Amino acid sequence: MKTNSTTVPNQRQDKGFHNTMVYVKQHWQLYVIFLFPALALTLIFKYAPMSGILIAFQDYNPFRGVSGSEWVGFKHFTRFLSSPDFMGYLANTLKLSVYSLLWGFPVPIILALLLNRIQSTGIKKKVQLVLYLPNFVSVIVLCGIVRIFLSVTGPVNLLLGTDINFMTMPEAFRSIYIISGIWQGAGWASIMYTASLSNASQELKEAAVMDGANILQQIKVVEWPAIKDMVVIQFILQAGNIMSIGFEKAYALQTDLNLPASEIISTYVYRKGLIDGDYSFSTAVGLFNTVINVILLVAVNKIVAKMNDGQGL
Amino acid sequence: MVKTRYSGQDKLLLTVGYILLGLFVVAIIVPMIYIVVASFMDPITLQNKGITFDLSKWTTTAYERVMSNSQIWIGFKNAVIYSVVFTAVSVVVTLLAAYPLSRADFKGRGFFNIIFMITMFFGGGLIPTYLVVSNLGLVDSMWAVILPGAFSVWNMTIARTYYRGIPKELREAADVDGANELTFFFKILLPVCTPVIAVLALWQFVGMWNSYFDAMIYINDSARQPLQLVLRSILIQNQPESGMISDMQSTAARAQLAELLKYATIIISSLPLLIMYPFFQKYFDSGIMAGAVKG
Repeated sequence: MKTNSTTVPNQRQDKGFHNTMVYVKQHWQLYVIFLFPALALTLIFKYAPMSGILIAFQDYNPFRGVSGSEWVGFKHFTRFLSSPDFMGYLANTLKLSVYSLLWGFPVPIILALLLNRIQSTGIKKKVQLVLYLPNFVSVIVLCGIVRIFLSVTGPVNLLLGTDINFMTMPEAFRSIYIISGIWQGAGWASIMYTASLSNASQELKEAAVMDGANILQQIKVVEWPAIKDMVVIQFILQAGNIMSIGFEKAYALQTDLNLPASEIISTYVYRKGLIDGDYSFSTAVGLFNTVINVILLVAVNKIVAKMNDGQGL
Repeated sequence: MVKTRYSGQDKLLLTVGYILLGLFVVAIIVPMIYIVVASFMDPITLQNKGITFDLSKWTTTAYERVMSNSQIWIGFKNAVIYSVVFTAVSVVVTLLAAYPLSRADFKGRGFFNIIFMITMFFGGGLIPTYLVVSNLGLVDSMWAVILPGAFSVWNMTIARTYYRGIPKELREAADVDGANELTFFFKILLPVCTPVIAVLALWQFVGMWNSYFDAMIYINDSARQPLQLVLRSILIQNQPESGMISDMQSTAARAQLAELLKYATIIISSLPLLIMYPFFQKYFDSGIMAGAVKG
């Protein structure tokens, strides 16, 4: 009995291994042709840099490499965590993304609900065409437009009869960032909700209308159930990415004078790393950011799962 | 469609809603019209009065100056090359990888999935990635801009979801015919996946065309800069190519002209995508639903 109980699983394992080998041999194309290119790119450009994180714990010297550079433990981490500048940039990052999320998140949902109410498909299509348009304008062009419109001699000042230099005001930066973000992205983001709304139950809608439900009641029983999952997914994705708010737009809207509000972690990492050449310090800041981001993502997912009857992502 | 009769309260709600929607549409169109008109002004009028709809005062000076600048055209050429190559590489790699991972019988599916998913949440960050790219000798090469982001896990999950929606009978028919994986994939599977392929290609193309960060850190050679970097120096850094304005006598005149040239630059650089976009609009809804629901 004793021998049986040990040999049987072994045989099963051998057999399993054997089966796998047979499968791989038969389906080698799946591994070598289909999967390999993606795997190679991932290993080279995603996993190799992960090992480079080691330099966050060194005084990295590019000429000596990782093996020749001196190990300094958490020196860089204590350096930025104890610096008031860094705390300011961390606060800027959080404020910028939390406010962007709070102001920006409901807009595409409202747009989609309104679009859904438009009964003429012709008008609806034209409105959508316009709403999606700004999405195809590049970040640089968007920020270029913002800069010339808000410049001292620009149209906004001409219209107001003033000469306010908005781009140099730290207190104006977040509003500029958020409003231009909604201008550019809200229409495009509404596509997902519009598409979900097309799956709303027509029978339910007819029944609700027959029962004399008003618009808000209809939204509650017909439209909301159709988009609820999408809203949850989008919220998790965006809330989870709070720390990874984009570099490109913040950097293109920065001026020397609005830096007190516009310097965020990603632009700071760039400035310290590639402009000042402080590789180790910059990597440490970046690593800190990534770790916070992962924690946030897991936490948000847990919270939503609790609220949503155990269903997260 | 249900015939709907709205009560008074509902009508009010709808009216407010439509007014807001209308304002949003106006807020998009008005700046665009302003930019178009402003690009035809002469620099002094533009600075003092803004725009005028008096057609007799319109001039195309700004366009002539911008279009005679070679750096813009170099930027366009590079942007086309980068975007086309990036889209091709990215879509091929992504579509290929999604196939084995879409099959329930694929051995190692869980393992490879985890390998790929981890990269969505965790990465080396800016400097370690920069060091890898630079150690590979890719700085100032277009591959530095193309390869690191070519495989998108997110797009792969979209393609995978789409494959899974393809009826099993197709696969079984191919098995009976003795088709191997490659034949099945290219001859049978891909032809029925055109909507998702179109959307992925469009996303990647637009994404590459409009981005500047990777090019900013990896491409120093001005002959290889994509359009967005050229635009950045004109629009953001206020450094128009010197040939554009150097014939002006005073600093003030140069500054006025530089401001005008920005408008024409915006139009010229944005036009290609804005014109192309309505033709692709039909693919958006189908493609977005393909993957946005469940990863």
